[in-house]
Amino acid sequence: MSSGATVSARPSTAPVEPVDTKPAARRGAPNGRRAAILFAALSVALVVVFLVSAGSGQLSIAPSEVIGSVLRAMGFDVGPAASPTHDVALWTIRFPRIVLALLIGAALAASGTLMQAVFSNPLAEPSVVGVSAGAALGAATAIVFGWTFLGEWSVAAAAFVAGLATTLFVYFASRTRGKTEVVTLVLTGIAINAFAGSALALLTFLGDSASREQIIFWQLGSLNGARWEQIAIIAPLVLIGLIIAFGLARTLDLFSLGERGARHLGVNVEFVRILVIVVVAVLVSAAVAFAGIIAFVGLVIPHLMRMVLGPAHRPLLIASVLGGALLMAGADLVARTAVPMADLPIGMLTSLVGGPFFFWLLRRTRRRSGGWA
Amino acid sequence: MSATATFTAPADATAPVAARLNATGLGVTVDGARLLDGVDFTARPGELHALLGPNGAGKSTLLGALAGDVRPSAGGVSLDGRPLGDWKLRELARERAVLLQQHDVYFPFTVRQVVEMGRSPWQGTAAEDDDERLVAEAMALCDIEALAGRTVPSLSGGERARAALARVLAQGASLLMLDEPTAALDLKHQEDVLRLVRERATSGDTVIVVVHDLSLAAAYADRVTLLQHGRVVATGTPREVLTAERIGEVYGQAVEVFEHPRTGAPLIVPLR
Repeated sequence: MSSGATVSARPSTAPVEPVDTKPAARRGAPNGRRAAILFAALSVALVVVFLVSAGSGQLSIAPSEVIGSVLRAMGFDVGPAASPTHDVALWTIRFPRIVLALLIGAALAASGTLMQAVFSNPLAEPSVVGVSAGAALGAATAIVFGWTFLGEWSVAAAAFVAGLATTLFVYFASRTRGKTEVVTLVLTGIAINAFAGSALALLTFLGDSASREQIIFWQLGSLNGARWEQIAIIAPLVLIGLIIAFGLARTLDLFSLGERGARHLGVNVEFVRILVIVVVAVLVSAAVAFAGIIAFVGLVIPHLMRMVLGPAHRPLLIASVLGGALLMAGADLVARTAVPMADLPIGMLTSLVGGPFFFWLLRRTRRRSGGWA
Repeated sequence: MSATATFTAPADATAPVAARLNATGLGVTVDGARLLDGVDFTARPGELHALLGPNGAGKSTLLGALAGDVRPSAGGVSLDGRPLGDWKLRELARERAVLLQQHDVYFPFTVRQVVEMGRSPWQGTAAEDDDERLVAEAMALCDIEALAGRTVPSLSGGERARAALARVLAQGASLLMLDEPTAALDLKHQEDVLRLVRERATSGDTVIVVVHDLSLAAAYADRVTLLQHGRVVATGTPREVLTAERIGEVYGQAVEVFEHPRTGAPLIVPLR
């Protein structure tokens, strides 16, 4: 009698007369179409930004040349060939930088989406709660003390370990009775950011001038000097993180029923929670390792995408990855070209926009939930 | 507090049915406070079993322990003869569904999406083919079809409760545990909910429900268990358990118990 499959199929003898039931509004299909349109629009915008960004700078390169150069590298001998100088500029400077921007944007937006899901709180974001600062502290420590135990990976590894520790700390410090209060979360973030900030200052003080410069760049966040070797290190991390995140997407939906609710639907809440925290740490440390603290991408992007698509995590994650990549590539283009002959720190740009957005979101969340809960 | 001697009605005269859910000597202690103490509880297939008792009697704690959320400090719970700890969470989710008192949804999911979440334990099984039908059925039963496209945070308390109940029904489990499903509901929807779970019980399911309205419990339940201070005061049919004397002692409020002129079910009215 306990075989649920047969038990579940029972005749629909409704004791409730469906008096006022209009034909149930079928929301599934339009929502699916909405998602498809959004994905397509974001993808097209990504390609456009890629072409424009690759073509802009001190050396102007036509989009057709950029396409030709990419196709040639892929083995298709079509389109106008880029001049050797252009080709070198594209492949040694611009492409690695754009690819790094895309990877970091995707990683940050995805980590924001994941954090918001396990914290059940739309304000959770790596830089707000201090995970980015923690990871940057780890990376800075590796630089100043010249740790090379893992070769090229040392800095990323140090960022990961510190990022993971910070995420775990924030999670357990800000959670009471299965829920994260906004106040606790934000205050925890303030404390961690303050601590990591002063620790970074100490490292800056201790370090030689080369590492000092590197650390200052981090705090501002910059994609300047991106190299393929760096991409080779963070691309696998981002890829693994995103694959696990997509695998968990439907489970994350159930977290919005609360922990007990998710458990009653068969979710091993403790395991999923730890797994998500590790994935967040991987993504954030990958983003931080070479580009420093780039704030608010993980806050703004998932939020905007949720406004368009609703909160279901599978489409939300796809849209956030595309949107985050687009935002970073676009912000990088602005950072490189807004002021002639200057390379603005990209982290400064995102904070300039993200800060006010965070403030607005904070006020809105408070109003909605009738207090600071 | 040492009110009434524990009273247990003799087992049904009809063929003994194996217990669906069984708890023996259940004790729960939180921060030194004894929330449950030596509770024995049995629910059988085809039974609508109501948990009754004043505020703080331990009804929700008992439900939590029976659902496997609260780890008992003494005794144990078994489902179909297997200790709860031996069940995989996913298997368990296909057998029993739980409605909590708290039905907030943290992100603006639509009512339909929330009801569809109830089907998630069946993902990747043959039963997945029934998803759409069962979701539609559950929404019809809970009278929320018109709300399908609304987001849950925008609903009223009663609407939210009905959406949560629809999710629990869509889960297709044959053991239902409902913690105050009628709390936020109006008269019609209260009766709807009890009628609904009564039907599920009659068709062979096991339903455990926490309610405050004694007459409501008496009208629909096969058996009731009355709790006080974390102990079972009495368990049996409503007629056996819900006597004026016992209710008066447990609740500290004198009541009169009448027999309904048509159905014969006990009607409990406070002495006014």
